[in-house]
Amino acid sequence: MPIKLPFRPRRQGFPPDLWTKCPTCQEMLYNKQLEKSLRVCDKCGHHFRLRVDARLAQLLDHDTFQERDAGLESVDPLGFVDQRPYPERLAAARTSTGIRDAAMWGTGAIGGHGVAICVMDFAFMGGSMGSVVGEKVTRAAEAALAERLPLVVVSASGGARMQEGTLALMQLAKTVAALVRLAEAGVPYVSVMTDPTTGGVFASYAALGDVNLAEPDALIAFAGARVSAGTIAETLPDGFQRAEFLFAHGFVDQVVKRADLRDVLLGLLGYLRPAPQRRAVSTAAQNGSGNGLLSRPLSTLVDVRADARTGAERSRG
Amino acid sequence: MVDGLNAAMPADSSLAEASPEPVLGHQHRVDDEALREAVWARVQQARNVKRPHTLELVRLMASEVIELHGDRLFGDDPALVGGFCRFGQHRAVFVGQQKGSEVEENVARNFGMPHAEGYRKAMRLFRLAERLGLPVVTFVDTPGAYPGAASEERGVAESIARSIGVMSGLRTPIVCVITGEGGSGGALAIAVGDVILALENAIYSVISPEGCASILWRSPEAAQQAAVAMRLTAGEQQAMGVIDLVIAEPAEGAHDAPEETARRLGATIVAQLDALMPRALDDLLDDRYDRFRRMGAFADSGTSVTPRQERQSLGDRLRLLLGSGRGMLGAEPGPLRPAAADDQDEPPLREDV
Repeated sequence: MPIKLPFRPRRQGFPPDLWTKCPTCQEMLYNKQLEKSLRVCDKCGHHFRLRVDARLAQLLDHDTFQERDAGLESVDPLGFVDQRPYPERLAAARTSTGIRDAAMWGTGAIGGHGVAICVMDFAFMGGSMGSVVGEKVTRAAEAALAERLPLVVVSASGGARMQEGTLALMQLAKTVAALVRLAEAGVPYVSVMTDPTTGGVFASYAALGDVNLAEPDALIAFAGARVSAGTIAETLPDGFQRAEFLFAHGFVDQVVKRADLRDVLLGLLGYLRPAPQRRAVSTAAQNGSGNGLLSRPLSTLVDVRADARTGAERSRG
Repeated sequence: MVDGLNAAMPADSSLAEASPEPVLGHQHRVDDEALREAVWARVQQARNVKRPHTLELVRLMASEVIELHGDRLFGDDPALVGGFCRFGQHRAVFVGQQKGSEVEENVARNFGMPHAEGYRKAMRLFRLAERLGLPVVTFVDTPGAYPGAASEERGVAESIARSIGVMSGLRTPIVCVITGEGGSGGALAIAVGDVILALENAIYSVISPEGCASILWRSPEAAQQAAVAMRLTAGEQQAMGVIDLVIAEPAEGAHDAPEETARRLGATIVAQLDALMPRALDDLLDDRYDRFRRMGAFADSGTSVTPRQERQSLGDRLRLLLGSGRGMLGAEPGPLRPAAADDQDEPPLREDV
């Protein structure tokens, strides 16, 4: 509720970042309170975009995040100049965001479950995916495979980074190939889509989770409204390309409020554990064979199950 | 595997002088008039409606062509065709986007822009090829996947991601050819393979030049500059390592001599299949993975401290300042601002209390 002051406020002395207006319900939100409520409007539930550090703090157990490959930096492979040279845009983005590129990855724990996690940050050049973002997602997937940790990727991106041309496009192939290997190895992957997840990111790793989650009202689309309008002169209906639309069409398992996201992940991680490696399973089973209740040797049974599971993973990948 | 085929390389005289080899960090001259015209001529060649498309090429260069239809889930996408055919001694599965050469056919083919069912048909054919031990040859010629309501509803993005995944792990050799427009994810969805070929006047880009121009230049008229800046010609893509081999087009271009174009392309495909078919599948798949794993350009400053801490050091700030020039001056690096993500569309309000 607006506070009526008995005198005219002194504008110059007023800190600019104190209040934020909710774009959905027009409510004035006190920034400190907004931070406390995980940047969700108290009145209407509008989810503001979250920076990478806040997201990691929200999802992971306190002080468990260990960043990897923090030193990866974009270069300018094409010598790309539009209205400004690409290196200038990069430098400006680094200054304004305080991070090196649009993704950060590392290991951490969610309620004691170890995970490999990669989080994107829309504030850095619209979360666009260039070589660094693609490399980080790929390294996260490869590490998840090697260390047999469930993989969580939180996407927030406008799509591939145009300034890196087809090298950005190739990141789709690179990340997906790594995820296919991860799936074949029986290591689970949860994709969390936040506002916005569009273009090349949606058309690669974000769409491929064993479980796909999305935040309420997040824009999730292959082609943004502008591309549709520009390419085929088709205006898209309202409410289209939102998380709830994706849910209704079967591409998202659950639309989860930010406040519940950590608990939902925690619940899922109870099930999404990497399948035991086949060799280890048969050895364990052989040690325990002696159980006369089974007509077949237990090791054979376990092997068959492991085979079936691998087959299922493959056909799904 | 692409060595020894240099005879098929284009004698590229028109672009050789105008276009410098792409070099890391090289400043590209988007305002160079001659370069812009040379590159734009190729974009128009790639889009020429009279250019032979997938079915025309396959009928000219392969025998025993049998087309197959339908994704078994929703329908048959006329914008993406596929089936069996025979390249020389090699029986194969072919898949490709199909544009029309007349207005009516082009409308029926949806201008070569597949929906999700197109990519799901492609995946069905890829899996069939794997089961039968047949190699796959794909022909890429699309402005992009269809960006409309129907396509979003049926999950075109998911189908593209899955198709990329199926191709990256498919246990049979794959040869991909960019024959015309290689438009973004809709092209890449059928362009993950062991060797990527391209016709001389083909283009390959992350977004259409018009789309890039309207976003980065805020004006579709800058499409020509965008085309130059993205280095989308087949020759430049080859220099970047995205394309392995470029096949010269005869006469004025593929539309001028479709038979000769098909003959050259057919010979190259057969040579590639000759080289790929005897290879052990495990090695082939590892090489395919590595081929795309290597893609990308980045630097690793190799530090283990978090960027925020490091940015506070004076040396780093100086380096940032010197490296970026004027744009940085006056912009004081501060701590992570929680509101920055919303700055553009939700500026902090100061007028109201």
